[in-house]
Amino acid sequence: MNAETITAEGHHSERSFLANLLRMRETGLIAIILVLFIVMSFASPYFLTWVNMRAMTMAFAVEGIVVIGMTILLISGGIDLSVGSVTALAMVIAGWLFLNGVDPWVASGIAIACCTGVGAIMGFFVTRVGLHHFIVSLAIMVIARGICLLGTGGRPLGLYTLPPEFKFIGQGSLGPIPLVIVIFVVIVVAFDFLLRRSTMFRKVFYTGSNERAAAYSGIRTKKVVFLTTTLCSGLCGFAGIIYMARFGSAQPTFGIGMELNVIAAAVIGGASLNGGTGTIFGAILGTVLLSVVSSSLALLDVSVYWQDIIRGSILLAAVAIDHYFHKRTR
Amino acid sequence: MLLQISGVSKSFGAVHALSGVDFGVRAGEIHALAGENGAGKSTLMNIIDGILQPDDGRILIDGKPVKIASPTEAQRLGIGFVHQEIALCDDVSVAENIFMSATNISKSFLMDYAGQRRKAGQVLARLCDIDPATRAGDLSISSQQLVEIAKALTLDCRILILDEPTAALTEKEAQLLFGIMRKLREQGIAIIYISHRMVEIFDNCDRVTVFRDGRHIVTHDVADIGPDDVVNAMVGRKIETLYPDKLTDPATDTLLSVRGLGDGARIHDVSFDLRRGEILGIAGLIGSGRSEIVKGICGLEPAPEGEIVLAGKTLRRDEYRDAIGDGMVYLSEDRKGDGVFLEMSIASNISALRPEQVAGRFGLIDRKREFAQAEALGKRLNLKCGSLWDPVSSLSGGNQQKVAIAKMLSVDPRIIFLDEPTRGVDVGAKAEIHRILRQLASEGVGIVVISSELPELIGLCDRALVVREGRISGVVAGDEMTEENIMHLASVMDAERVTANEKVGQ
Repeated sequence: MNAETITAEGHHSERSFLANLLRMRETGLIAIILVLFIVMSFASPYFLTWVNMRAMTMAFAVEGIVVIGMTILLISGGIDLSVGSVTALAMVIAGWLFLNGVDPWVASGIAIACCTGVGAIMGFFVTRVGLHHFIVSLAIMVIARGICLLGTGGRPLGLYTLPPEFKFIGQGSLGPIPLVIVIFVVIVVAFDFLLRRSTMFRKVFYTGSNERAAAYSGIRTKKVVFLTTTLCSGLCGFAGIIYMARFGSAQPTFGIGMELNVIAAAVIGGASLNGGTGTIFGAILGTVLLSVVSSSLALLDVSVYWQDIIRGSILLAAVAIDHYFHKRTR
Repeated sequence: MLLQISGVSKSFGAVHALSGVDFGVRAGEIHALAGENGAGKSTLMNIIDGILQPDDGRILIDGKPVKIASPTEAQRLGIGFVHQEIALCDDVSVAENIFMSATNISKSFLMDYAGQRRKAGQVLARLCDIDPATRAGDLSISSQQLVEIAKALTLDCRILILDEPTAALTEKEAQLLFGIMRKLREQGIAIIYISHRMVEIFDNCDRVTVFRDGRHIVTHDVADIGPDDVVNAMVGRKIETLYPDKLTDPATDTLLSVRGLGDGARIHDVSFDLRRGEILGIAGLIGSGRSEIVKGICGLEPAPEGEIVLAGKTLRRDEYRDAIGDGMVYLSEDRKGDGVFLEMSIASNISALRPEQVAGRFGLIDRKREFAQAEALGKRLNLKCGSLWDPVSSLSGGNQQKVAIAKMLSVDPRIIFLDEPTRGVDVGAKAEIHRILRQLASEGVGIVVISSELPELIGLCDRALVVREGRISGVVAGDEMTEENIMHLASVMDAERVTANEKVGQ
C-alpha cells in the first residue's frame, strides 16, 4: 500500500457528511430513479398517475420481500436460485390444502413452514455436507418446480371459494393504500433496522466478509449460513401466500426467472456475491429501479424482448461502475 | 503454572502433528515458542484456542483440567490469540473488527457503534494512529496486524498467544509491541510468543521452548542458553550443514538488469543487477512490495515504468507468456493456490508451462514424452513419489515444491524467481532445495529468492536487496548480511532512505 492511501485513511473521518452521502450507493440509485421519474412524466401522461404508481408498487412489493431474503443470504456469502420455485411451491401447497378442505390460514401456515423446511434442507446440504449454495439451490429449484407441476398436473388451481378476509391480504386496502404495500414497507423497515443495528444480524456481515475471522471470534458461522438460507426460503413462502391471496389462484409455473430479477436487484443495491456487503434499503432501491424501468418501457410501447436486454444492461453497468469505484478507493 | 499442557497428541490422517507434547506457561512470563515450519507450534496453539481438539492429553489452567471446545470457550477461560495470518473482515470498520468477539457474546440486542468506536480508539491509541471508523480492508498490512493485536488486547485475557506478530510490522511498531508485552507481563499475564527471529526471542522473552517434528525438544531460561542452541534444537543438527557453500569468486557479467521499475502504486524506481552465478535474495516485510517487484519483472502484474534488460536485450513484458519465452519463470509463494495443480498428476504439472514440448503429432499430448520429461527432471531434483501419474496432492510439502521447481526447469529458464521457496517444507527437503538452487546457479541460471525467513536468506544468498514500501532501501552482501542490518533496512525511516538508495547506485 502506498503513501497516498495511508494519508487518505488518516482523513477518513474528516470527510464531510455530504461527501459521505455522495459516496453511498443509495444516493446514486435515488438520483437515477428521480431522473427516470422526471423524464417519464414528460414522456408519458399515464406515468405519474395514481393508477400507474399503484400498479408499479404492487408489482415490486411482493417480489421485494424475496429480495430481502436474498440480500441477507448474499451478505452471509450464499446465493439461492430456487426462490421462484419455492414461492410457487408455497402457493401450490396452500392452494392444494385449501381445496382439500383445510382452513386457508392454517394451509398458509403449513405452506410457509414447508418452504422454511426446504430452506433448512438446503442449509443442511451447504453447511453439513459442504456443497456449494449454487449447486444445492439449482437442484432445489428444479425439484420444487417439479413438485408444483406434479401436484397440480401443470394447471393453475382456481381458488374461487377463498374467504374474502383472506383475499384481503392481497387485494384489500387500508384507506387509499393497498395492504400489500403496507406489509411490504413494514417488513422492509424492520429488516433494514435489524441489519443495520442488531448484534444478531451483524454476525451475518462478519460471516460473509471473512468466515475465518468470524469463526476465530467464536461466531458459529455454519449456523449463521444455515439460518440465512432458511430465512430466505421462509420469506419466499410468505411472498407466495400473498401472491395467492392476490391472484385468487395457485400457479405452478409462477416465478420462473424470478431469481435473476431478485439477485439483480440486490446486487444493483450494493450486495456483493462475495458476501459481506449489502443493505436492505439499497436492495429495495434496486428493485424499484428495475420495476420503474420495466413500467416505463411498457408505457413507451417498447417490445418485451427489448426489456430483457435493457434490464441485463443495467445490471452489468451498475456492477461495473461499482467495481470501478471500489478499485479506486482501495 | 497458569497453563499446563501435558501429553497432548494430534494427528491429521497419517501425519502426527503433535506427539505427546508437554508445555507450560507461568503467569507473568513471556515464553517464546520456536520451531521450524511443521514443528507443531500452530497446531498446539489452535488446540489451546479451541479451534482444534486434541486426540489425547490434558490441558490444565490453574491446575484444573479444562476442555476447550471452541474459541468462545477459550475466550471465557481468558485466552487471547493473535493469529499468524491476518483474519479481519475487510468490509466492516476497525472498531467492529476489534469487538467482534464481544458482539458475538453480547446480551444487548442493538449494536453500540459509538461505544465500540470510542473504546477501540482508546485501545488503538496505545499502539498506533488508526481511525477506528476506517474500513479494515482499506488499511495497510502492517496496520491490519496492529488491529489484530488491539483485538486481542481488548479481550481482557490472562493468556495471550502471539503467532509471529512482527512478520508484517516495522521495527518501530515491533518495539511498541514489545513495550506493551512487557507491561502485560507486569500485570501477571502469561504470553506465548512464537517467532523465528532469535533477536526478538533473546531481547524480550523469559523462557524459550523448542518444538521439532511435533515433539517438545527443550525448555530453557533464555539467560542460560544462546541463539545457536535454540537453532540447533530447532533443526536437530548443527546449523553449518544446512546451507551450501556460497560463491567464492563472483562473476562480473550481468545477467539481468532492472532499471527504474515501477507501477505507480506499490513499487517505485526499483533498480538492481543480477550477476551470473549468484543467488540474489530479496528481503522486506510482508506487504513491502517484494513479490510485486518480481511479478512486475515477469509481467504477472503490470509495472509499466522502467526497463528490464536480459543478457543485453531489452524486454517487452506485457504478459507472463513473454517472460517465459525470454527464459524467466516465477515460483509463487502460494504453492497450493497458484503454484501447482493439486489434483492433476505430477507429470502433467511438470509439463504445464509448455505442453507443446511433450506434444506429438496434431499437437496432442504424448504421454510417453510427458513421462520421460517428468522422470528426467524428477531424478535431477531427487523427487520422491509413488508414480508420476499420482496427483500432486499425494506428495509432502517438500516434494510438491520440487514438482513446482521441476515445472519451471522444464522450459530451461535463464532466470528463476522463487517466492518463499521453502515455506511449509520440512528441514530435509529444505536443505535439498537450497542445494538444487546453488547447483542451478553454478550452471549459470540466475536465481532470485524472496524469503521472510532471514536466516535462510542470509545462509543461502550471495547478496540481498532489502525492500521497504516498494523501494529498494539497501543492498547487503558478505559480512553485512545480518538479521539486524536487514531488519533495520526493511524498516528505516524516510530520512535514511536517501543514503540507502545511494548504496544501490554503487
